[in-house]
Parts: sequence; C-alpha cells; structure tokens
Amino acid sequence: MLVLEDGTALTGESYGAVGQTLGEAVFATGMTGYQETLTDPSYRRQIVVQTAPHIGNTGWNDEDDESDRIWVAGYVVRDPARLASNWRSRRRLDEELTRQGVVGICGVDTRAVTRRLRERGSMRAGVFSGPALAGRAELLDRVLASPPMAGADLVGEVTVAQPYVVPAATPARFRVAALDLGIKSNTPRMLAARGIETHVLPATTTLEQLLALAPDGVFLSNGPGDPATADRAVELTRQVLTRGLPLFGICFGNQILGRALGRGTYKMRYGHRGLNIPVIEHATGRVAITSQNHGFAVDGEPGARFDSDFGAAVVSHSCPNDGTVEGLTCLDVPAFSVQYHPEAAAGPHDAATLFDRFCDLMAAGAPTPAGRDH
Amino acid sequence: MPKRADLSHVMVIGSGPIVIGQACEFDYSGTQACRVLREEGLRVSLVNSNPATIMTDPEFADATYIEPITPEFVEKVIAAEAAAGYPVEALLATLGGQTALNTAVALHENGVLERYGVELIGADIDAIQRGEDRLKFKDVVRSVGAEVPRSAVCRSMEQVHEAVAELGLPVVIRPSFTMGGLGSGMAHTPSDLERMASLGLTESPVHEVLIEESVLGWKEYELELMRDHRDNVVVVCSIENIDAMGVHTGDSVTVAPAMTLTDREYQHMRDVGIAVLRKVGVDTGGCNIQFAVHPETGRLVVIEMNPRVSRSSALASKATGFPIAKIAAKLAIGYTLDEITNDITGETPASFEPTLDYVVVKVPRFAFEKFPGADPTLTTTMKSVGEAMALGRSFPEALGKALRSMETPSVGFWTRPDPPDASARSELEALRVPHDGRLYTAERALRLGATVTEVAQVSGFDPWFVDQIAALAELRVELVAAAELDEPLLRRAKRAGISDRQLAAVRGDLTEAGVRALRHRLGVRPVYKTVDTCAAEFAARTPYHYSAYENSADAETEVTEQRERPKVIILGSGPNRIGQGIEFDYSCVHAAIALRDAGYETVMVNCNPETVSTDYDTSDRLYFEPLTFEDVMEVVDAERTSGTVAGIIVQLGGQTPLGLAQRLADAGVPVVGTPPEAIHLAEDRGSFGAVLERAGLPAPAYGTATSFAEARKIADEIGYPVLVRPSYVLGGRGMEIVYDEETLAGYIARATEVTPEHPVLVDRFLDDAIEIDVDALCDGDEVYLGGIMEHIEEAGVHSGDSSCALPPIALGESDLATVRSSTEAIARGVGVRGLLNVQYALKDDVLYVLEANPRASRTAPFVSKATAVPLAKAAARIMLGASIAELRAEGMLPPRGDGGDLPADAPVAVKEAVLPFHRFRTPEGHGVDSLLGPEMKSTGEVMGIDAAFGQAFAKSQAAAYGSLPTSGRVFVSVANRDKRAMVFPVKRLADLGFEVLATSGTANTLRRNGIPCTVVRKHFEGPDNVVDLINAGGVDMIINTPYGNRGPRVDGYEIRTAAVSRDIPCVTTVQGAAAAVQGIEALIRGDITVRPLQVLHAALRGARQGPDRPETG
Ligand SMILES: Nc1ncnc2c1ncn2[C@@H]1O[C@H](COP(=O)(O)OP(=O)(O)O)[C@@H](O)[C@H]1O
Ligand SMILES: Nc1ncnc2c1ncn2[C@@H]1O[C@H](COP(=O)(O)OP(=O)(O)O)[C@@H](O)[C@H]1O
Ligand SMILES: [Mg+2]
Ligand SMILES: [Mg+2]
Repeated sequence: MLVLEDGTALTGESYGAVGQTLGEAVFATGMTGYQETLTDPSYRRQIVVQTAPHIGNTGWNDEDDESDRIWVAGYVVRDPARLASNWRSRRRLDEELTRQGVVGICGVDTRAVTRRLRERGSMRAGVFSGPALAGRAELLDRVLASPPMAGADLVGEVTVAQPYVVPAATPARFRVAALDLGIKSNTPRMLAARGIETHVLPATTTLEQLLALAPDGVFLSNGPGDPATADRAVELTRQVLTRGLPLFGICFGNQILGRALGRGTYKMRYGHRGLNIPVIEHATGRVAITSQNHGFAVDGEPGARFDSDFGAAVVSHSCPNDGTVEGLTCLDVPAFSVQYHPEAAAGPHDAATLFDRFCDLMAAGAPTPAGRDH
Repeated sequence: MPKRADLSHVMVIGSGPIVIGQACEFDYSGTQACRVLREEGLRVSLVNSNPATIMTDPEFADATYIEPITPEFVEKVIAAEAAAGYPVEALLATLGGQTALNTAVALHENGVLERYGVELIGADIDAIQRGEDRLKFKDVVRSVGAEVPRSAVCRSMEQVHEAVAELGLPVVIRPSFTMGGLGSGMAHTPSDLERMASLGLTESPVHEVLIEESVLGWKEYELELMRDHRDNVVVVCSIENIDAMGVHTGDSVTVAPAMTLTDREYQHMRDVGIAVLRKVGVDTGGCNIQFAVHPETGRLVVIEMNPRVSRSSALASKATGFPIAKIAAKLAIGYTLDEITNDITGETPASFEPTLDYVVVKVPRFAFEKFPGADPTLTTTMKSVGEAMALGRSFPEALGKALRSMETPSVGFWTRPDPPDASARSELEALRVPHDGRLYTAERALRLGATVTEVAQVSGFDPWFVDQIAALAELRVELVAAAELDEPLLRRAKRAGISDRQLAAVRGDLTEAGVRALRHRLGVRPVYKTVDTCAAEFAARTPYHYSAYENSADAETEVTEQRERPKVIILGSGPNRIGQGIEFDYSCVHAAIALRDAGYETVMVNCNPETVSTDYDTSDRLYFEPLTFEDVMEVVDAERTSGTVAGIIVQLGGQTPLGLAQRLADAGVPVVGTPPEAIHLAEDRGSFGAVLERAGLPAPAYGTATSFAEARKIADEIGYPVLVRPSYVLGGRGMEIVYDEETLAGYIARATEVTPEHPVLVDRFLDDAIEIDVDALCDGDEVYLGGIMEHIEEAGVHSGDSSCALPPIALGESDLATVRSSTEAIARGVGVRGLLNVQYALKDDVLYVLEANPRASRTAPFVSKATAVPLAKAAARIMLGASIAELRAEGMLPPRGDGGDLPADAPVAVKEAVLPFHRFRTPEGHGVDSLLGPEMKSTGEVMGIDAAFGQAFAKSQAAAYGSLPTSGRVFVSVANRDKRAMVFPVKRLADLGFEVLATSGTANTLRRNGIPCTVVRKHFEGPDNVVDLINAGGVDMIINTPYGNRGPRVDGYEIRTAAVSRDIPCVTTVQGAAAAVQGIEALIRGDITVRPLQVLHAALRGARQGPDRPETG
C-alpha cells in the first residue's frame, strides 16, 4: 500500500523487498535509465514514482550504476517486467531491489499519483507491505511522523568516508578537488576523459586539506537534501572563491555556489526530475535538453545580473518551462555552476561541453565572460 | 529569432493520390502546414492532385491548384501565380512526402526555381540530396563516426555482380529515390539478385540501385527529430519495431516509446541521430532516422534518413501530442523551437522532448485478399495499405486495442479458432517467414507449448515482447479455468487489453453482451487518460484522450465536464484499406468543422494516426479508440456523464461505423441522420428490392443462394453472365463476374462463408452498360443532387476503380431526368436523412439501380470540389435537423438548382483511380494482373479539372500515371466484340501520327478500315513478341481489352503486367480508349492551363446566380 501525507492511499502489489519505507514522494519522468536513477545519491530519502509505465525491461547490469548502491527510499512503478531483455543485463530489477532491501510497490496508477504530486507538491509518503501493513489511519500516522525534506541535512549520509582518486583517462592536464555531496560516478568519468585527475573528498574536508592537494580547480557535486542546511560547504566555497580557484558546481553544487554568492534557496512545488527538460543559455539563446533532478532551487530571475561579495555574477541559464534558475556564472572570479546534470546519466548529452568549459577555466585560471562555451 | 520578414508567399506541394507508402499522413501534415502559414499572414498556394484531401479544401489555401504534381504542371502554377501578380517566393516541399520532395528536386534541376526566384525552405537541395542519396548519406554517417551497413551503388548489372562478389548474399537491393521501398528487396539467391536488381534499376527515377550488406534480424528503431535554424534539436519520439530488420517499418508492428533500450544505448542513438541531422544540414523541420541494433552486441548502424516529414512523423505526432508538421512549418518561416508554445500545455515551449506515461502500438493493415497471386511475405518493400494505432497504459493493453482496430476477421487473440493442424512446431516454422498477423502466430506457438526463447529465436522479436504475449497466454488459462469471472480476474483481463468479445470467446458461458453486463455490474470500467506530452508534469489543455483500465473502481478519469453545449460524437473510419480510405475521413472532418460552427461540441472517435480527424484540434474532443461496439459505448457513457450527447454520427465514416448503427440504437444511443431501420432498408438486398419495386425502378434480376444448387438454379433463370458476391460488403470484396456454371461452382466452393447468415447474391450481369454514380442529400423531404458522375469504364469495373466525369459528358437530358427522379424516389423510399450514394447502370435506355449506400460515399469530396458545394458539411447539419431549404438560405447550399443541373459553362472534372499493381509480385517475382473488375483494387484517386473533358482527362492521367504520350507507338489488341468500336479511336491515333502495332486479328480489322499497322507476335508466338517489345521500351501506350473469361491466366495478362512494370498507359476498355484519344488531342493542342479552385468556384457560383437559371424540383 502507498500512503501519501494528504491521506491518499493506493493499493498495489509489493515489488522488490517487503516491509515499510518512508520518504518524500517525488515523480521522475525519464523513459529510460531507471538503473542510473535508482543509484543516484540525490534520491536519498525519496520515494521515486516512475511515470514510465514499463520498468525493468532491460534488467540490471554491472556497468550503469551511478554509485555503489541504490539510494532511493522506495520505488513506485506500474508495470514491472517479468523478464529482463538486454545483452548487458545480469539480473532482473526486482531481484536487485530485493537484494538491496528496497521496498517498492507496483500496479498502482502512477499517473494519478503524479497528478496529485503536481497539484499538491511533493509530499511525505510511505510504502507498506507484508508485516508492515496496518489500518490506513495507522499508516498515515507513520507517514506524518517521518521528517520532512525541507531542512533535511543528508549530505553526511551520502558522502565518502575516505578521499579517493580517480585518475585521468588521458595524460593528466589538471588536478581537481571534488567535494562529494552525493557525487555520481559518471562525473569523475567525464572529468577523467578530459585529462583530469579527480580527488573525491568527504563533505567535511577543510580548506587546508583541500589546498594541500594543490588542485587546479574545485568541483561541487550534486547531492540530496536541503541546501539551506549545507553551511559548511557554503563556507568552504566562499574561501575557494576568495582564493580565485576555478570552481564548477552542478545541481546541489549550483545551490551551494548560489548561497556563497549571497542568494537564497527555496523548495520547489514538485521539482524537476526528468531527462527532457529544456534549459536556455542566455548568452547564446540556445536550448539544451537536460537531465535534471532537483527539488530545491536558487532565487533569481532569468538572465539577471547581480553583485556578490565576489564581484558581479549572472543567472546564466534558466528553464523556459517555469523560469527556474538553472545556472550561475561569476564574472569576476573563475566560477560557474548549473542546476542540471551535464554528466547526464541517465539523460541526453547536450550539455557535456560544460566540462570542457571547466577545463578552459582551469587552463586560463582567469575570470570568464558568461557563456564562453561553444 | 521570430518569423522571417522577407516572406509573403509560400507554395506548398502535397503528395498526390493515396498510394501504398504514401497515404493520408501527408494530408494531415500538409493541412497543418497550410493552416499555420496562413495564420502567420502568408499567402499560400497549394498544388495537390488529390481531391479527397482536407488540404485541397478552398479554405485552407489562398490558391488551391488541384493539378498533377509533375514538374511541368507545378511550373505552370508558379507561372500562373506570378502572372496573377503573386510571385511565389518560397517552396515548402518537406511536408508532401517523397512526391513533393522529388518534384522540388526536379524543379531545381531544370532551373525553374532559379528562373522564378523561388527559394526552397525547410531543407535545401544539398541537404535533400545528402539525406536521400544513399551513398552521400552513408558518407555523412561515417563522417560523424557512426556505422552503416557496407554497400555499393550500382548503375548496371555488371556493377551489381562486382558488389555482391564482395558483400556475399543475402544482400538488400534498394533503388534510389523511390518511396515506401518500392522495388527494394532482399536477394537470397543469385536468381533473386538478377530479377530484383534489374527491376530496381528500372524503378529508380535515376536508374541507380544500392547493394547493401544485410543486417537481417537486427532490432529496428526510428527516431523523429526536429531542428530549428539556431541549431536547437529535439528528439520527439523513439519508435521500436517489433518486426526485426527485413520487414519494412511501414509493414512492421511498431511501439513507442522504445521498450528494450537502456539509457546508454538510447542516448548513443540520440547522439548519432543529432550528429547526422546536423551534418546532413536539414536547416529546419522534422526528419526521421532509422537504426538497426544488434541484439547480442548492441552494435548500432544507421539505415536511412528521410529529410522530411514522414509516415513515422505522423505516427509520432499522434503518439506524443507533439504536432511535428505544424511546428516544422513554423520553423521553416524563421521561428525557433523555444519561441513556439506547446499547444497542449499552453505554457511550456516546444523546445523539449515529449515523455510518455503510456504505450503506443501501431499495427499495419494489409489487403492481400484483393490481389490473388500476390506474395504475402513481408519484405523490405512496403505492402500495407493502412494502419491503426492504439494507446494504453501498458503494452498488452495498447496491443489488444490496436489488434481489434484492424477490422480483420480476427479481432484480437482467441477470436478465431486455431488452424486445425496447428502445433507448437508448425507455428514456430511459420514464424520464420514474416507475414501479416505474425503476433497471432506467436501467441498460438506459445499457447501450444513453445518457449519464449524459441519464439524469439525464430521470429526475431525481442524476448521482452514475446514474454508480454506469453503472459497473455498464461492469463487465458486462468480465464478458461475460473469457475466464474470475479472482479479481480476480470480487471486483470481488461488491464491486459482483452475485449469483452475475446472474453466471451474464451468463456463458453457468456456472450459479449453478457460479459459487458457482468463487467458493469462489477464496476470494471475504463478511465480516460490524456495525451499531454509531459507525463502529467504540467496540466494539459487539449482533451486528447485514450481509455485505460486501472486497478480500482474509483480510479481517476480525466474527462472534464461540459454542460453548456450539446455534444455530437462522430465515428471515424478506422484504418485505411482498399474501399475505405481518406475520403471518409474527409467527411468526418467536415462534420466536425460544420457542427462546431453550428454551436455543438464535437467529439471524434477514431484510431487511424494518418488522418486529419485524429489531430487534437480538429474536434473539441478526441478519443483515440478502436471503433468497436465496446469501445464506442464506453466513450458514449463517458461523454454522457460529462455532459449531454445530442447525437452520434455513423454515416460519414464509411461501412465501419455504419455497421454499428443498429447496436448503438438498441443500446439507446441517439443515432442521428438516416435511422438504422432505413440503413437496413438500403443494405438488405430483399428489403431494398421491395423499395425499388414500390418506386417502380428496375434492378438487375437477382437471387440469393445459400448453396451451389440454389446458385445454379438462379443463374439458369436469369442467364449468364452473372455477378456473384457475398452480401454486406464494401469495396466489392469477393465479387466475380461468372460466365458459366463451372466457374460458378468454383466460386461457391471458394466462398467459404456461404451460410444462411451469409448468403451469396447472384445478379444478372449487365454487359456494356454505362455506370452512373450519384451523391445526394435528403432532409426527409427535399432531395438535393450533389452530382451525377458518368463512369468512363463500363459497369463491371468497380465504381472505385473506374474514372468518371462530372458533369456527365454523354448522358442525354431524358437519362439525367430519370436519374434525378429515381434518386429522389430512392431517397424518400429508404428514408434518408443526410447523404445518399446511388449507383446505376444504363443499358439499352433502361436505368438499372445497382445499389444505394445510405452514407457518405467515396466520391463526396470529389463532388464537393467539382461543384463548389460542401456536401459533407451540409449532411452533418441535416442529420442534426437542418432542412435543405434552411441550408440554401444560409448559403451553405446554392440558393437554387443543384449538382444535377450545373451551368452549361461549368468546368469538367474527371476522377481517375490509382492502382497499386506494381507494388505486388507473385512469389516467382512476376507482376500481378492489372485487369479491372467488380472488385475494388485502387488505393486512391486524383482529379483533373478543366474547361472541357479532353483537358480534364489528360490532367487526370498525368496526375495518376504520368502523362499520356503525344507521339510514338501504340499497341492495340482487343477482344472481338470490341474490334468494331475500336476502329474509330485507333484511326484517330494514326491520324495524329502514332505508329500502330497490333496482333494479327486486330491488325486485319484495322487494315480493312484503312488504318496502316504493323503486326507483332503475341507473347506465346515466340521471340520478339509484344511483351519483349514492351519490356524493351518500344511501346508508348497499350490498348488491350480482355478476351473471354476473367481470371489471372486470361489472354493479355502478360501484356498488361509488362505495361504495369514499365509504367506506360494501358487502356483496358473501349470507352477508356476514346477518352485517351481526347486527352491526347488536348495535349497536342497544348491548350491545357491551370486555374485555382477558388477561381473555378467563384465562376460556378456566379453562373448559378445568373438570372435565367431554371428552378429545379
Ligand atoms: N541492410 C539491411 N538489411 C536488412 N534489412 C534492411 C536493411 N536495410 C533496410 N532494411 C529493411 O528494409 C526496410 C526499408 O528500408 P529503408 O531504408 O527504410 O527504405 P524506405 O525508404 O523504403 O523506408 C527497413 O525498414 C528495414 O526493415
Ligand atoms: N448487375 C450488374 N451488372 C454490371 N455491373 C455490376 C452489376 N452490379 C454491380 N456491378 C459492378 O460492380 C461494382 C461493385 O458493385 P456494388 O454493388 O457497387 O458493390 P460495392 O458495395 O462494392 O460498391 C459496381 O461499381 C459495378 O461496376
Ligand atoms: Mg524507412
Ligand atoms: Mg458501389
């Protein structure tokens, strides 16, 4: 049974592990890439409702994980595959869910749930099966007792314990210190492909520890939870900016940079979670189809210039669907960030060039005009 | 960047007649384009020879030229527009299929575009050629680092042999610049190779074939992409073919979105697609790219690209709600994707990629039963004549709906008994060869014990799809075993897309009605979801719905309330098939427009993705649903709960909805227009006979037989030849002219379904009769003759296949008077309210009634365009209570007079049918007979309109087949009974300077009449015979009337098939010959001009207002 904070309750069949799970119900509209979605740390503590009706068709392989485990708190699908069909597949999705103890539900009207979340906004929810089942009221109480996402500091739960290094795939040109706020494996992969040696560091890393690596640039990863709680990362970012080190952030990292530049962040009604979201780059007017997964956003108007403690900056990218800030660029210090996922796994590769732009910054080590890429 | 300021006049080229591989999807795209361009304040001139299209309605362009789509005529149009003071500035050719694209290329090559300063917008010549020229295209693909099948382009058989020596068999043979894979195929053996390659060389307009490495059995995918001039690119839709490589996408069962790709594989495909699109350089608009993926290695190769809107684009538009053609038109005139809003959400821009929360299945519709002898194996050449699409919340649900949309004998799994000797082994064997209904075979195989792996193995279907079908087979076991159908089981069945009828079939204990009652009692009802392009992320404003079953009785349905305006539900005509095509969609769309204007809320129900009727903005509401009783009734109930249903229209969509009339009425649905009882009066032979008797109208003597004995008895009474056919058919299916008892016995033996419920009708066959077609309106009292069409071929050639002229060219006043009075008598006698179509045969001054169809006819659009009167719109209004008098007052109908008494100076319109013979081959690779008969075989039609018959006929021929010859050699060989009648036209041809060739018998007659001619051997008289001559290109026109009995082995068969494969005019009737002569004379006189429909119509109306017009009663 799936129970939403507003009392909505839908019955289906248990999928994956049996039991109880609580979290924030969000919908994801990607038609491909469930494996990447499930293993994306940004989904920590979230119950993902997949709008694509058939899930599991291509099974589970050993190459497409975005981290070492499934992070979603729960999984809601309509029609799970009985058979996995893909030459790379190693096992069925439900087997993997069960193996990793992820409680899911199938057979429910995912479109109806999505419409509810769209109208009422993301809500706390719970999936219950087997022994965890009880009366509706009882289940609703459990949901209401669970902590809300706003104000949640989840970085600590997903970041690495020990630093590790991802060597460059081509002759090393730069060394990058990547602050792991919930990083996805494809990011170091993309950096490595561009001759970058990536040092993935725990969220607790201090400026000294960071500088000790003598990095050419700093990377702020994506991650779960409410950016308003990430004071530590914000502070570190401000120090990095003061030192004029090239900096690039994505998703959560964009919100961190935003806060470092003095902007506020807010919780969106139901966020952006899909592989089809247009982003306009104001400098060129070009549109990229991007992969996104965020429930919080930075305050700001499309294309607006603003002053910060680190000089002028602009809202360099925004989403034409609803005007959400999708990217920031500093004009006086070498720093920029985007709210979407240029590493795009799952998702379209339209924005991959942003990593090249990061390289340019490190090569130049100097401030950039907005939108210097392509 | 907003719209270009430098454009004020754009020319759009349509795709001409409906043929296999190019159907009404281009009416849909062209119509959208014209709409958009005019909304943008541009002058639009349009060229399209197909009168049955919505786009050729005068409202949709400023100047509508119903003229042949040939470089010559399009140039005439460009010149005419310039002369009228409206020089054409730009040509948009990417929305009219291959025909428009090829014409644009020709106009570029012959310098016309340059001469008149016309710019090609959408895709420029280089882009078109990089996309269409298979060799250039392969270089493009390689240059972006992607793979293609190895191949070589050959211009001669020598080159072909070299290529195959390297590639090894099998190879794919593909003629360049043909549409729908015409002439292409898979050569497995050297002899295949010889035959196909030489054929391909002739069928390619540039005499060039591509010999290509086979990737048979790989998974086939398509991407639909759009690009704007700022280089923003979006992928609108991915489509996966269930039938693997080797079966043309047009003939494959396809699914959207792709079901069996991981994100990595999909994104790789997307990257390649975008890179290719950029490199090809399609400046703006839509394009379609096809891929093959190796199932075991994931290796991806690019197969081809269409740098234009295609059949798949239409499918993708309907599947996603993203109007590709409309947006392509906007992009072509300068907009960028982010400047265009997505109609469906009303707020978000078009610069996004639709995401689906449902599954779409398209199933092709074939017509092999029409072409005896044709090889039904599915290959790389498209053979299907239409398709149906269905949406569901799961693959099985969508598949079930699609299968029951087909109107084939099987309406979904389990609805017909298995072949007696079917076994897992036999079905697995059958699965190896692609054929129509292969999914049925797969289900049988699984049910009879084959494993998913085995079935996937032999069929090449992805195991995931096979498993989905296996799940159905398993469910069936439960359905059969269950003591009774309880709510959970019934719900599971419905969620799996199983119809009430299928349930009744598997459960002996319930009828379809019984299942329905039970289902309603248990509260198992569908809900209606919305196609919103965004998986519910944003609210949708367009009510474009599909039904789905969810797992609870209180599941959410998205049909909104509307109680102000009464609703009218219009039932469409389902998949295109021979006998029921775009003409019926035309009438449905007109009803939607007229009734919306009249203040009703219009609700369209249809399942054909190619059509204008299934555009989300044609009606106020669109339900993309099968046209079965079950599905229609659920829609009716949904609409009744959300408002008041004033009526349902079953008369405009052809036989499909008409067949539902009685059941709908019995279920208490207000069927408007001609009541079901009246429909029965007209359709049931007995009761119709009574109607005629009462009116004192003659009909061919006939009888009804349920056995050979009865049939023979009737035939003996009325005398041979007789025409035999099963009752209740459209498009004359199973009709034959029988000249003797033996053949009669054969027919009865073959006509399997001869039972008391399905008797056989035996008519006296009227030889050498003139056939006349009439379309009329009746409001219960007054009768308005829409038009009287005189057929050119004699009765015996199906009305849908014969060419006809309007106004009639040779009928006398008294005949016309009889036609009028008879039609009025029938309309009143039957009790028609709306449209009526009557077919007559005039023999020895007696006007026999052949049949009356109490519905919109195939000719309604043709008549409307020829007479400047919107018949279908008027019919719709009449059905909802308007009288003809009121419509005359309103101006929808002329103030007085009707189509039966057109002004003397009215232009002559000629309709010509287009036949698909050259698409079919016998398994041995010979052509099929092109002989015309009472069984309809044409896929589409064209209209030629001009001042007099000669010019109009010449145009119709040019539009249908390519121009009549004005000089050269004509070969004549006619049956004895025709020899006399043939003398005159042939003499005329000789006088016009043609060299006459003839077979000995014919030659004698001609010589005796002083016509010089050369004798040629018949095909069986040894070498250098006429067939060789034709194949060698030594003949420019053929006049050949069949001798003796019909049947594939008739004399002249080889001659006609040779003509078909050489694409030269082949006249098979005396009347046709006379018409051809007139056309040729007109061509030689060179007085053929082009005039827009708007001008012709204005003239007609003017003449009608004229003072001295007689009143007609
Ligand atoms: N190299 C090949 N090997 C096997 N089948 C092929 C190959 N190329 C094309 N086909 C099949 O032939 C069909 C038609 O080929 P295509 O290139 O799409 O021509 P068309 O212009 O008719 O669409 C394809 O849909 C595919 O199923
Ligand atoms: N008694 C007849 N004598 C000669 N030709 C006939 C006769 N009846 C039908 N036909 C021919 O057969 C064609 C199809 O017959 P019709 O009754 O119109 O069936 P359908 O329902 O397919 O239109 C007609 O268009 C006409 O050419
Ligand atoms: Mg193709
Ligand atoms: Mg008829």
